[in-house]
Amino acid sequence: MSDHASKQYDLDLGSIRSRVLAMGGLVESQIRRAIDALTTGNLALSDEVIEADHRVNAMEVSIDGDCSQLIVRRQPAAGDLRMIFAIMKTVTDLERIGDEAQKIARMAKNIHERGGTQAPPVVEVRHAAEAAISMLRRTLDCFARLDCDGAAEVIRDDAGIDTEFRSILRQLITYMMEDPRTITTSLEIVWIAKAIERIGDHAKNMAEYVIYIVKGTDVRHTGTAKLEL
Amino acid sequence: MVKAESRNLSFFYGDFCALKHINMPVHEHKVTALIGPSGCGKSTFLRCFNRMHDLYPGNRYEGEILLQPDNANLLASSVDPIEVRMRIGMVFQKPNPFPKSVFENVAYGLRVRGEGSRRRLEEKVEQALQDAALWSEVKDRLHQPAYNLSGGQQQRLCIARALATDPELLLFDEPTSALDPIATASIEELMHDLKERVTILIVTHNMQQAARVSDFTAYMYLGDLIEFGVTDELFIKPKMKQTEDYITGRFG
Repeated sequence: MSDHASKQYDLDLGSIRSRVLAMGGLVESQIRRAIDALTTGNLALSDEVIEADHRVNAMEVSIDGDCSQLIVRRQPAAGDLRMIFAIMKTVTDLERIGDEAQKIARMAKNIHERGGTQAPPVVEVRHAAEAAISMLRRTLDCFARLDCDGAAEVIRDDAGIDTEFRSILRQLITYMMEDPRTITTSLEIVWIAKAIERIGDHAKNMAEYVIYIVKGTDVRHTGTAKLEL
Repeated sequence: MVKAESRNLSFFYGDFCALKHINMPVHEHKVTALIGPSGCGKSTFLRCFNRMHDLYPGNRYEGEILLQPDNANLLASSVDPIEVRMRIGMVFQKPNPFPKSVFENVAYGLRVRGEGSRRRLEEKVEQALQDAALWSEVKDRLHQPAYNLSGGQQQRLCIARALATDPELLLFDEPTSALDPIATASIEELMHDLKERVTILIVTHNMQQAARVSDFTAYMYLGDLIEFGVTDELFIKPKMKQTEDYITGRFG
């Protein structure tokens, strides 16, 4: 996009965009560390993730505030309006991803304080988490590059995480039936798997906003068929 | 329903071509806004609709502006510009009341039309002032000079004056650029209410105003009509890059 007549407008918009990316980076590291805490049993790491969530929340509030300021000062239109609108929604999704990471860290702490996981499928959970992190990272790349095709790919990939979630659920049901002593931990793993599945949903939402920014088309709740347009 | 339509309209100030082959509808009972940078031809275009350019020698129209329902070409030399102005009223940037009383300002057009009945005049003046949302503020000082009114009231008086002759189309040339935000809001509100009975074409430099008051927006640049469309779509998702650049402040 070419520059605005007002350089300050460019600077303000550019600053907001780079802070969205910084927030995305922080959120990504929160998920990664929460999953590490689950697989390694590092309780201190769990605490760090839980503690760091307030930074994610503060970034959401701060970016929202800057967006409001920009609307008041510049009355953005067309592509700029779509950008600001999408950013305000994106930071909401990022903040919720942060909450999911915090939830994973809490569950990991609970599990390991009781002596760790025995049977439940932590490897599969880690795999699903990697897929969700990849979706998030690619969405942020697409946001930075305004890449519609990449965003469409992320949206399509969400179905894969949903499938993995159902597979983990089936395995956990088997564990719980075979050994009722695993029920408490298994339920916590269900919550973790659900959190990962939700992270995929949020990344998908954010990818939809990228398409809205670039094309002005609202592809929410339309299925994947409309992505080809 | 289309109230008026310009077809292949070009306009020349002497040798200078200020409008180039403009094709655009003006929808009935809707507000259509013309936006664009200074010198793009939006006021020139607006003034074609009531033949304002006829007042100066050397100006020349090509193409036509058809006014419905009679499909009359307003630009035809056989059409009397005075007749055109009876059907198409205009409100200017700065309030320009006549140096007369409030009452006489509104009654002026009716008197020109030959309305002699005092009772009819009083009825029509009251109705026009009501329609311009000014009646309650001036009903006790109808015979005071119009210049005693505030700027916003004077502008509404000019709107009442234009409404008194029952125009089919109202042209607004930056009607609020000399007014404060409160007076601007009341004129915008008025435009919204007036849509029920007249069609409105407005030139504005204020894009937010265009977005607020209009149903359709046209973006013009250097005498060309670049884009015409539904206002909501044009301000969120314009089709042309030039429009996008202008409304997002990337122009120039």
